[in-house]
Amino acid sequence: MSNSAGIADMLIPRLGVVKNIRTDTPDVKTFRVEAPSGGVIFPHMPGQCAMVSIPGVGEAMFSITSSPTNTEFMEFSVKRAGFLTEWLHQMDVGQQVTVRGPYGNAFPVDTELRGKDLLFIAGGIGLAPLRSVINYVRHYRDRYGLVDIVYGARSTDDLVDIDEIRNEWTGHDNVNVHLTIDRPQEGWDGHVGFVPDFVKELKFPTTKTALICGPPIMIKFVLAALQTLGFDKSQVYTTFELRMKCGIGKCGRCNIGSRYVCKDGPVFRCDTMEELPDEY
Amino acid sequence: MMLKLSKDKIGELFQKIASDRTLYLPVDNNGQVNFGRWTPDAAVRLDQLKTVKSSKDFFFPQTENIVAFKRQGKDISIIEKRDANEPFVVFGVRGCDVRSLDILDRVFLCDPVDSFYKARRENGTIVSFACSEPEENCFCGVFGIDAADPLGDATIRVIGGDLYWDAKTDKGRALEESAGALFTQATALDSDAIKEHDERSREISGRLPLKDLDLDSFEESALLEKFNSPLWKELSQACVGCGTCTYVCPTCQCYDIQDFDTGHGIQRFRCWDSCMYSDFTLMAHGNNRKSQVERFRQRFMHKLIYYPANNDGIFSCVGCGRCVAKCPISMNIAKVIRALGGVSVSV
Amino acid sequence: MRRIRDMIRGRAGELLRDGTVNRVLGWTNGEFYYDPNPAIFETEKSLDSLVYNGFSAAMLSKYLIEATKKEGRVLVFLKPCDTYSFNHLLKEHKVNREKTYVIGIGCGGMLDIEKLRTLGAKGIESIDEEGENVVAHTLYGDKTFARRDALLEKCLSCKGKEHKVYDELAVADDLWEWETVNRFTKVGELEGMGPGERFSFWRGELSRCIRCNACRNACPVCSCLKCVFDNPRSGVQAKANADSFEENMFHIIRAFHVAGRCSDCGECSRVCPQNIPLHLLNRKFIKDINAFYGEYQAGAVAEGKSPLTEYATGDVEPSIVYERGGA
Repeated sequence: MSNSAGIADMLIPRLGVVKNIRTDTPDVKTFRVEAPSGGVIFPHMPGQCAMVSIPGVGEAMFSITSSPTNTEFMEFSVKRAGFLTEWLHQMDVGQQVTVRGPYGNAFPVDTELRGKDLLFIAGGIGLAPLRSVINYVRHYRDRYGLVDIVYGARSTDDLVDIDEIRNEWTGHDNVNVHLTIDRPQEGWDGHVGFVPDFVKELKFPTTKTALICGPPIMIKFVLAALQTLGFDKSQVYTTFELRMKCGIGKCGRCNIGSRYVCKDGPVFRCDTMEELPDEY
Repeated sequence: MMLKLSKDKIGELFQKIASDRTLYLPVDNNGQVNFGRWTPDAAVRLDQLKTVKSSKDFFFPQTENIVAFKRQGKDISIIEKRDANEPFVVFGVRGCDVRSLDILDRVFLCDPVDSFYKARRENGTIVSFACSEPEENCFCGVFGIDAADPLGDATIRVIGGDLYWDAKTDKGRALEESAGALFTQATALDSDAIKEHDERSREISGRLPLKDLDLDSFEESALLEKFNSPLWKELSQACVGCGTCTYVCPTCQCYDIQDFDTGHGIQRFRCWDSCMYSDFTLMAHGNNRKSQVERFRQRFMHKLIYYPANNDGIFSCVGCGRCVAKCPISMNIAKVIRALGGVSVSV
Repeated sequence: MRRIRDMIRGRAGELLRDGTVNRVLGWTNGEFYYDPNPAIFETEKSLDSLVYNGFSAAMLSKYLIEATKKEGRVLVFLKPCDTYSFNHLLKEHKVNREKTYVIGIGCGGMLDIEKLRTLGAKGIESIDEEGENVVAHTLYGDKTFARRDALLEKCLSCKGKEHKVYDELAVADDLWEWETVNRFTKVGELEGMGPGERFSFWRGELSRCIRCNACRNACPVCSCLKCVFDNPRSGVQAKANADSFEENMFHIIRAFHVAGRCSDCGECSRVCPQNIPLHLLNRKFIKDINAFYGEYQAGAVAEGKSPLTEYATGDVEPSIVYERGGA
């Protein structure tokens, strides 16, 4: 991280090695990455992001889906969407990548969220940034109250991390998992319907603090659903993704109004979004 | 203490400065004046008020290598090799461009510091150039800039056949010392000439047609009101989505990072980018600024609302007027301020 | 041109009022005399700010690509040179003729504000166009220039005053006329140079390029929905001179892309903030096409095939490159 003159620069990446690749859904894979000497490449907090790159192919911002409590490796859940992610999906274990970060703020797990009943609401690949928080909360279980997780996807095939959800989260003390898929499907006896409607049906008490992530349109509708239930925007946190290049609030493209998603976000408490334009 | 040099000895001054550092100054390249490297046969143009591009390039170059990589099989090696940072002088920088560096500093020198920019700032000495005859598209006064006596490490004034030198910082004084023998002390008579020069320049600035651009309503509390203004559609309708305004602007700081396959490896470089370009915010799954209306709005909201909101109310415009002069379809920040600022367009 | 302005203001009002058109594409006045910008007018009232003067150089035809996607009909004012661009856009089905109403407007030559500045007009507060003269009222006094000296480069080699397409005309018999130069003269000079000299000419000119893409974005025939240079996978660096030849390639490739389609409107050079004579690249192609396939100017007519998109047995063979290439 330093040049010949000894100056560190946040634009210079470090090396990582892909140690494991897990296929979550037809278009999502989770990559386990370690520093060449083992362990995490750098520490982070839940909700923070990193720039992952294959030089010559591209570089993009991904949320770090592993919990900071895991110091052995970092994980990135990546949906195949463009040129770089397509390349990442094609690579094999042992591939080196470059990683720089951590970038952005984090969910306030050690401050505002301490002692609260938490309600996680995610859609599709939107689970990725919340997974880090969920596993952090599970690790420090006694610091938080009840945990509810509402997670939905287009179909059963599109539920990311389903094994971990079923085997580790479900039934963990005072953790309730509520799954839904958009349309009925053979072999699925769980809930069917969109996430915002499901949230309304579940009638969560307003004593909870909600953390949402998903496509922008889902975030907007879930927020509305929570407000219908009586939630105040100040009880709701969300995390955003926009085009980024630098990760440090200088390249000028990921702003929503006067806030940079990479630096002032990606986590925003929803009441603070009221002063910002609807351009995300 | 003000020093003095006969204008016909200016070549000697350049030679002296360039003897131990690189000197950049306004140079004519086939009719267009840009900052360029001084050589004994360079066509120096101190008579030109505005260079096409600003002095921004020397601190935040249009293209700059950041890091290189080699890929072999599954392995990647990271090769850090920076251009050597050597002292340089930018000579003839107008007050607007001097101020623009303060604006860039607040972006690149805030935490985390951009070490590439920082190194250039530390190595660069700014010799500013007092404006004697501002032009009609200048409006630096709107931003509180005194073009008659600009900031900088040292300031020159050209009055009649003389060049006056006014060192303002340690860097400026160091430069002055190295060229000391060329200068003579300015006299009381010279002080009068300088005073007269500055007063005349300020008097002209006070008569400029854009001097009354009203920025009062551009404040953070008006963010949503300005953002949601129906006028953006009309203002942006002629915009062709090029990057001219951005690239001639001394305060535009947006950049892209790209990789270039050199055939011997991967060179990662950063280059200026423009929020006016259609791919600026394009992601694999969509674009949050779909049309030129949103892109156009972003540029001006950034300069007039977003940047000030994050930087003690300082606008990210210095009134240099380059966008006014260069936009292919004659749309510019002055028209935007007029339209959105509550003062009707004079007909 | 003030007479024409009054004519078209009135006529545009009539056409809006009687429902012939739904909107008007013209120029609106700005901060100064010399900075009108293209604008769409939707009400009769708004036409008060419609201007047409020596600085209405920005061509309107390209805006019709978007404007004719909307409901209704748009009235557009085309100068003679702009009718070529319009015709070519029709030929490529980029503009819907049914949705346009063209008033061909007379032109007394467009002025170059930068030339006026270079000629010594500093601090221009206002301008009067008076026949063969242009008077600049400046902060530093009034200055009078010969109009011809202040003409845009593209107007010096004007292709003529004839409108190639229109629904009606708004011309005046007292428009200033000027002596034009052959548009291929400069191309001929470049051809006359040796390869080394020509190479350094272009390297010098293109060294000023700042990759702002103004040439491309203003070009009426650069109308691809997505430009190859905006494709990050094109293999060509889109935004910057990754190496010193990259941006030179941009202009060369662009010239090839518009070969046989260039209306020779000269907008590329007019909008260039660094005053690079880009039109010369395109004119070289036009000159060669004329020599190889017979006289052809894109946009002279809206119908028919163009030489580079039509195969004929008599077509020139690729070997011409070697035959003509020379040392």
